Amino acid sequence: MSDRDVPARNAEEAVPPRPAPRRGWLGGGMGLPRAVGRVSQTALSLVITFLGLLFITFLIGRIIPIDPALAVVGERASQAQYEAARHALGLDQPLLKQFGIYLRDVLTGDFGKSILTARPVVEDIARVVPATLELATIATLIGVLLGVPAGVAAAVSQGRWPDQLIRFLSLIGYSVPVFWLGLIGLLVFYGKLGWVAGPGRLDVSYELAYEFDVVQRTGSILIDSVLSGAWDVFANAVSHIVLPAGVLGYFALAYIARMTRSFMLEQLAQEYVTTARVKGVPEWRVVWVHALGNARLPLITVVALSYAYLLEGSVLTETVFAWPGLGLYITNALFSADMNAVLGGTVVVGFAFIGLNLISDILYGLVDPRAATRGGS
Amino acid sequence: MSVAAAPRAGGTGWRAWLTTDTPGSRLQARSVQAYLAWLGFARNPLAMLGLAIIVALILMAAFAPLIATHPPNVQNLRERLLPPGSEGHLLGADELGRDIWSRIVYGARTTLTIVALVTLTAPVFGVVVGTAAGYLGGWADRILMRITDIFMAFPRLILALAFVAALGPGIENAVLAIAVTAWPPYTRVARAETLTVRRSDYIAAVRLQGAGPARIILGHVMPMCLPSVIVRVTLDMAGIIVTAAGLGFLGLGARPPLAEWGAMISTGRQYLLDQWWVATMPGLAIFVVSLGFNLLGDGLRDVLDPRGADR
Repeated sequence: MSDRDVPARNAEEAVPPRPAPRRGWLGGGMGLPRAVGRVSQTALSLVITFLGLLFITFLIGRIIPIDPALAVVGERASQAQYEAARHALGLDQPLLKQFGIYLRDVLTGDFGKSILTARPVVEDIARVVPATLELATIATLIGVLLGVPAGVAAAVSQGRWPDQLIRFLSLIGYSVPVFWLGLIGLLVFYGKLGWVAGPGRLDVSYELAYEFDVVQRTGSILIDSVLSGAWDVFANAVSHIVLPAGVLGYFALAYIARMTRSFMLEQLAQEYVTTARVKGVPEWRVVWVHALGNARLPLITVVALSYAYLLEGSVLTETVFAWPGLGLYITNALFSADMNAVLGGTVVVGFAFIGLNLISDILYGLVDPRAATRGGS
Repeated sequence: MSVAAAPRAGGTGWRAWLTTDTPGSRLQARSVQAYLAWLGFARNPLAMLGLAIIVALILMAAFAPLIATHPPNVQNLRERLLPPGSEGHLLGADELGRDIWSRIVYGARTTLTIVALVTLTAPVFGVVVGTAAGYLGGWADRILMRITDIFMAFPRLILALAFVAALGPGIENAVLAIAVTAWPPYTRVARAETLTVRRSDYIAAVRLQGAGPARIILGHVMPMCLPSVIVRVTLDMAGIIVTAAGLGFLGLGARPPLAEWGAMISTGRQYLLDQWWVATMPGLAIFVVSLGFNLLGDGLRDVLDPRGADR
């Protein structure tokens, strides 16, 4: 996810640098009025951010060089027909009023029709989102399950080889383009070694089995095939998802390991760690229970952010792996100049992005009252 | 310059002049500072490696016609998809028989153009907004930072994609799209730096001398932001290169005959399993250059902005 590397750096800033020790689940000692005030302030800034996001996509939709009215009526239409089309599309209204109309449409779930599929964009998006969520979730799992222990190991052995190795891996994560890493992965593990299946979510021969034998409850092939007991479909889906999820997961791993390392270094330097050691608590318990316990909550925000960046990084990954998710949908729409679909997809990713950022902010506020009083910036 | 600024006769020449702890002029004081920073930087082998990569990239772009073994856009269908090392093609030939090494060399120009244009726009805009917000405070600060937050909340690649989709493909539009999504972090960095200096005595002194806000911001606040912004720009270069390559890979960057690394990977995709070099080589170029910028940025950060070093 270059895009990951790019974003990952932003994410580093977004996380307040100094996590405080836990103090009960509401952060301890905060009056109710203050909590209400904070919630309403958060809600207000959330609304403004959403409106800003929609205004930007609205403006992007207005700067296309193609005149939408002309596209509807064609070159040879009379002036009256052209005016009628403009009126029907609301293009003769003032810009702010047009934005109002756009806002109303989006809030009622109307992103217009896709030119490419001739279906409402919302339906299309609902159909492709599960594939993206499945990919991003598995990638995040890989990132957490490997990244957290790696980060702890790096912090414990600061300056020695495990630390250098983690540093090296995350440096590569910041430098390598995700789509290229994906292609190299395909070349090596699919083309040369034959360990994994190729692009797509399933082999063609299993697609029919999936259509007929598997009850599609969630849209996630992995979950649905297990629920229906179709283990052969499940095995095939696993062999397809391993590589794209591994590639995306590598970027999550690099980021999570780096952040875990810095959280752990901070915790291990605290006096309570010394106290625990003096008391004779075994070293593994000091590291994995005491220190990691306090680093755990800021880590949740890191994981939320990394999930958000994976959603974005999936655009390029899905293109490489022909993974029929939201990213591939947006890029396909790009090439058909299908602006409704492009902007609809952009708004959905933007909403998910803001939502995940918000969740991480709230979690952070719960852990560290100081972060909340600073106003979050 | 005053006489004191000249190297002292009979001493050990430039080195003594550069390391003195009693500089005789402003120029000398600055030179000493820069020299000591350089010594610190040069002690870090990885940072020097990064610097070497970037210098090599710039030389490659500047002397592309001398370094390239073939013209980058001349097709030769008899030599299409030749493997590396055959018939004078160092890194092989692509699907139109063009020499991949030569196209990578010329592609360095495209990459540097994009990087230079983004560097000239996004950080400048971001620093102006950030210093203004930080120095003016109050409502101006709130509104400017709210707008910054909105752009910050956007997924960058997706926003860039939407922009390019609306504006049409091409280098200029790719640059514009990347710049539009890249400025907010600079605003934050510049604002944070401004907040630390705006109450300081030297600013008060300048204000008492009658300087207006514009003069204070431009002449006395912005220079304080430069070190952290330079570090940030260098670290961002890698991201900019990778994003630009991503746009090129999706067919939204440079238009066809022009050599661009991302677009080269994209065409190589079709031949991935049988002619692996077509997609692999330009990707290696992107990786090495962006690694170079990351190493250089880390090194610069250690020297210029030690506070951020532990991140």
